[in-house]
Amino acid sequence: MRTLDQTTQEILELAAKHFKAAPGSLHAEDDFYKTLGIDSLQALELLSRLENHFQIELPDYEVQGVSDFRTLAERVQARL
Amino acid sequence: MLDLSKYSSIGEAVRDALETWSRDVCLYESDRGEEKQRITYREFKQKALPLAKWLQDAGFQGGDRASIIMTNQSKWLISAYAMFYCGGTLVPLDYKLKPEEQWTLLKHSGASVLITEYPIWRQLSASPARSSVVNITTVLVTEAPANADLSRAIRWESAQGTGQPAFVPRNRQDLACIVYSSGTGGTPKGCMMTHENYLEQCIALTSLYPFWPGVNYLSILPTNHAIDFMVGFFGPFTCGAAVVHLRTLRPEFVREAFAKYQITYVSLVPLVLKNLQKGLQARFDELPPGKRRIFERLRNINKAFTKRRPILPLSRLLLKQVHAAFGGKLEAIIVGGAFTEPEVLQFFYDLGIPVANGYGLTEAGTAVTVNDLHPFRADTVGKPLPGMEVRILNPDAERIGQVSVRSKTVMAGYLNEPELTAQTIVDGWLMTGDMGRFDSNGHLQLFGRKKNMIVTEEGKNVYAEDVEQAFQGLPVKEYCVFAANYIWPSRSMVGEQLVLVIHLEYGQSLTDELRREIAARNNRLINYKRVRGIVLYDDDFPLTASLKIIRVALAERLRKLDRDHAISTI
Repeated sequence: MRTLDQTTQEILELAAKHFKAAPGSLHAEDDFYKTLGIDSLQALELLSRLENHFQIELPDYEVQGVSDFRTLAERVQARL
Repeated sequence: MLDLSKYSSIGEAVRDALETWSRDVCLYESDRGEEKQRITYREFKQKALPLAKWLQDAGFQGGDRASIIMTNQSKWLISAYAMFYCGGTLVPLDYKLKPEEQWTLLKHSGASVLITEYPIWRQLSASPARSSVVNITTVLVTEAPANADLSRAIRWESAQGTGQPAFVPRNRQDLACIVYSSGTGGTPKGCMMTHENYLEQCIALTSLYPFWPGVNYLSILPTNHAIDFMVGFFGPFTCGAAVVHLRTLRPEFVREAFAKYQITYVSLVPLVLKNLQKGLQARFDELPPGKRRIFERLRNINKAFTKRRPILPLSRLLLKQVHAAFGGKLEAIIVGGAFTEPEVLQFFYDLGIPVANGYGLTEAGTAVTVNDLHPFRADTVGKPLPGMEVRILNPDAERIGQVSVRSKTVMAGYLNEPELTAQTIVDGWLMTGDMGRFDSNGHLQLFGRKKNMIVTEEGKNVYAEDVEQAFQGLPVKEYCVFAANYIWPSRSMVGEQLVLVIHLEYGQSLTDELRREIAARNNRLINYKRVRGIVLYDDDFPLTASLKIIRVALAERLRKLDRDHAISTI
C-alpha cells in the first residue's frame, strides 16, 4: 500500500509528464490550474491518466472544487 | 412537436408528450462509455409518477419549491417532472458550487425539498452552513451505497408512493423555476421564470432548430443551466426526441458518444468548443502533406458551396472522416453561456458543421438572438428570435448602446429583490447590461458590457462584488474588485478578467509577502472566480456616508490610468 506522500509524488510525476512540465517543477501544494496553465477539461484528462495508473475509478465529482495536488492525492488515496 | 401555444405549464406539456411518444426512447444513460439504461417515454412516466405520489403524500403542494442539485442524469429529469406534476416550482442549482454556496441559495430560494446525489449530499450534509437552513424539510438522495450514513436524508429510490398522484395544474404566469444567474456572495440573483417563459422560448427556438423523434441530443452543459434545461429536457421532450447522458465530461467519452449515439445536437460552452477545435487542428496538422493538400482542397470546396447556407449532405460527403467522427448525423452545435470568438465558429462552419451561435441571458429566458445560418455569420450573434423585441438604448455615434429586450420569455423578476427587479426591467423592457448594435442586415453585434462582471469561457457569470469577500481583512488600506473592461471599456467580449484594486497604507509597499498573501487568498477561490491582476491606486476611494465604496466613481478615476501599465500580474 502506498503512503499519501508516495501517491502525491506519483501524481506530480504523471502530471508533469502529461502536461509536459519540467520534472521536479511541481509541488504538492501547487494549484494545478495555475501551475500547469490548464482548464477544467484538461484537469479531467488528468483524472483518466490517474485512473489508469492507480487502477481505480475516479468519478468526475472527485475533482469538484479541488485545485491542488495534495487534495487530489487524498482523493486518490481514499480509493486505493 | 406539441403545439405549445395550447399549453399552460411545463408539467402539462410533458404529461402529454409522455403519452404521445410512449414507445419512443427519451433517455439514454451511459457511464464511461458503457450504456447503463435506455428509457422510453412510458417508462419515464412509470418512474416519475410514484415519486410524485410520494412527494404529495409527504405534503408537497402546488406552489411549493423543490431544489435539484445533481449532475446530468436521468433522475434529474424524472425528479423535475415529478415535481412539476405536483405543481411545484423547481430550483435547479449548480452542482459545482461549494456546499456553503449551495446552502446559501437553498435558504434564499425557500425550497422545502432537496433532491440530490449521494456524493454531493456527503459534502452538503457535512457543511456547517446546513444548520442555518431550516426551510429544507425533506432531502432525497440518489445512488447512496447500501450502508451509507444518509444524515437524515431519504433514499430517492425508496420514495415511491402507491396509487395515482393528482396532477396539479398551473397557469402560464405561475412560477416554474427559480434560476440563479449568479451571486452567491453578494446578492443572490434568483430569476423567477414563469411557465410562459419556457413555453414561448421553446416555440421560438424550435422554429429555427427543430427537434423530432429520432433526434439524439447530447446533454453536457449542466442541466441547472437554462440552456440545457431547454434543449436537454423541455425542447426534446415536447418533440418526441431523446437525450443522452454520459455521467462524465471526459473528452475521450464525449468523443466516443458522438459516433455511438449519432448525436444530432449538442450544446457546448466556448471553452469546450475551443478544446474541440484544438484537437481537430492537431489531427489535421499530423496529416501527411499529400493528404493534407487533399483535405484543404475539400474544405475549400465545402466553403465555396456553403457560403449562403449549410448543405449538410454535401459537407458530409466531402469531409467524410470529420463528420464520421461526429457520428455523421450532427445538425448543429449549439454554443452558449458566453461569447465565442468568430474564428472558432468559422473553423467549424468551414468543415460543414454549423454552430448555432447566439446571445442570451437567464433573465431573458435564455436565447434572445440566434444565428439562422442563412447565411452563416461568425461576426454577429444573429437576429432576434421570433417573439423577441430587441432595441438599442441611447445609441452613440457608432449606433452602439445598451441592448434591451421585451418578450414573453423575460423573467417575472428577481426573487425577493423588488428594487433590483425595478432597475433591471423598466417599462417591460429588460436591461441586459450588454452593449451592442444592429448591422444593416438586422444582425446583432456585441461590444462589451456595462455591468461590473465577467462571463468566463465556461459560461460562468462572475460578479466582481462576489469575489471581494475572499480578500476580507487583507492588510491594506482599501481594496476593491473590478472587471477590467468595466474600468476600461474595450468594446470586446473576449479576454475578460477581474482585477484587484489596492490602496496601500501610507508608507506601505507591495512586498513579496503581501503578494503571497493576495495569491493565497485568490487561490482559495474556485479557479474561474480568481482575479488575474493587481492595480495599485494611491488615493482614497470615494465612499458613501455609510462608508461603502462608490464603485462607479472609483472606476471613473481609475479609467484615467493607462490600462496596460496599471495592471500587474498577480
